[in-house]
Amino acid sequence: MLRIECPWCGVRNEDEFSYGGDATVERPADEASSDDWYDYVYTRSNPAGKHSEYWQHLNGCRGWIIVERNTMTHEIYSTAIASPSLPPGTKEA
Amino acid sequence: MHYSALSLVKQALTGNRGWTRAWRNPEPKKHYDVIIIGGGGHGLATAYYLARLHGITNVAVLEKGYIGGGNTGKNTTIVRSNYMLNPNSQFYEHSMKLWEGLSQDLNYNVMFSQRGILNLVHTDAQRDASARRGNAMRLNGVDAVMHDLEGVKKLMPHLDFSKNTRFPIQGGLAQPRGGTARHDAVAWGYARAADKLGVDIIQKCEVTAIKRKGDRIIGVETSRGFIGAGQLGVAVAGNSSRVFDMVGMKLPIESHVLQAFVTEGIKPLVDTVCTFGAGHFYISQSDKGGLVFGGDLDGYNTYAQRGNLPTFNHVVAGGVTMMPCLARLRILRQWGGVMDMSMDGTPIISKTPVDNLYMNGGWCYGGFKATPGSGWVFAHTIAYDKPHELNREFTLERFREGNILDEKGAGASPKAH
Repeated sequence: MLRIECPWCGVRNEDEFSYGGDATVERPADEASSDDWYDYVYTRSNPAGKHSEYWQHLNGCRGWIIVERNTMTHEIYSTAIASPSLPPGTKEA
Repeated sequence: MHYSALSLVKQALTGNRGWTRAWRNPEPKKHYDVIIIGGGGHGLATAYYLARLHGITNVAVLEKGYIGGGNTGKNTTIVRSNYMLNPNSQFYEHSMKLWEGLSQDLNYNVMFSQRGILNLVHTDAQRDASARRGNAMRLNGVDAVMHDLEGVKKLMPHLDFSKNTRFPIQGGLAQPRGGTARHDAVAWGYARAADKLGVDIIQKCEVTAIKRKGDRIIGVETSRGFIGAGQLGVAVAGNSSRVFDMVGMKLPIESHVLQAFVTEGIKPLVDTVCTFGAGHFYISQSDKGGLVFGGDLDGYNTYAQRGNLPTFNHVVAGGVTMMPCLARLRILRQWGGVMDMSMDGTPIISKTPVDNLYMNGGWCYGGFKATPGSGWVFAHTIAYDKPHELNREFTLERFREGNILDEKGAGASPKAH
């Protein structure tokens, strides 16, 4: 069982979360080349080790977070709020 | 040593002292015409068909652990060819035909048992989709039988057929020629047969770097020194991304773990392979009597050969919903295999942008049944430096070109296939 710390809700079991995949891929501009779009849609670095990934706290606050996790050991190094407009640690009223 | 009824009798009468090693344990040579990285079923089958069908015998299979210790030894041993898309249907049917003669071909009993596979359907839409898939299979010369509820009851009498169950069973699509095989025997049989034709099987030999000169591969650095290669084939399942990272290539693949389970041994209960249609659950019974079953991926990138509890709970819940009598059994063993989940759910058996480098991967959780066909077409691809008609569409470039083979229609989300 992974125990993931949601920045809003605290440490919760993995079955409250839904996996959203590699958080390092960035959506290219609309007019970017088809190679850039190919990379964005299809290729992944798929590392054995530290992996930065999206999770959604689906059965909780429903917020998206970024988790840094080791894909060999499942050790979780850090979690942060995914939205760039809400830096980690801030709380909206 | 040729295995036969006569050799069994002879050994039995002489105290079984005459059995010899099934394959050699050679030191690596300085150079091979072809090196295959990965001593699982696919790599060993490739080496065997290279030697047997194409006369290329100066071949080494490099395995970082022991042969068959990866996904070949960590699966649910199901063999089927019930695919809808033409390239898949034709490729897997070719593999099925190879299975049907494999024990004789290898002179090794792979215990291939065509006990059939039955995919249950629970809704009208699912029944229509199954009928469509069955028709597509039959148009490709694959056997398919659509069963109504009575037909399913005859095949699997212990399912929950009540009207009040959450997902009432309506019928099922069967492939009678599907079944199971003995997974270890497949690796051992191919290893022995390839070795006999001169292939060097080198275990405990991990590839740490791939050496290039210009556009070509010249060999591999390994834990046992440098080994030169004329051509290099990679068949490393869940580790495909790591190996291709050595040549700076990013693949349309994510590695995920798939768990499987086996119960204590019981008397014959399940004499076909059966899959639940309302969740992801499949079950068969091994010759030792254990019920072998599995379900969904854990659902996040991992290279750890073990799974987590939530998926285990989910799989067992699906199983007990389908077949309530399972609740009385105890689980004996559990394991996890690392799957190379491709972005469209279909494998990649292909040339690569590097001239003499070839890829066999992206098997998702369907690699075991493909073992003979995969080795057969990969050997052809390496021997002729071009794909066979059967893997012509399983290219690495299909994603870039938009020619994806998405059997399930799930899109570019590896965990969804």
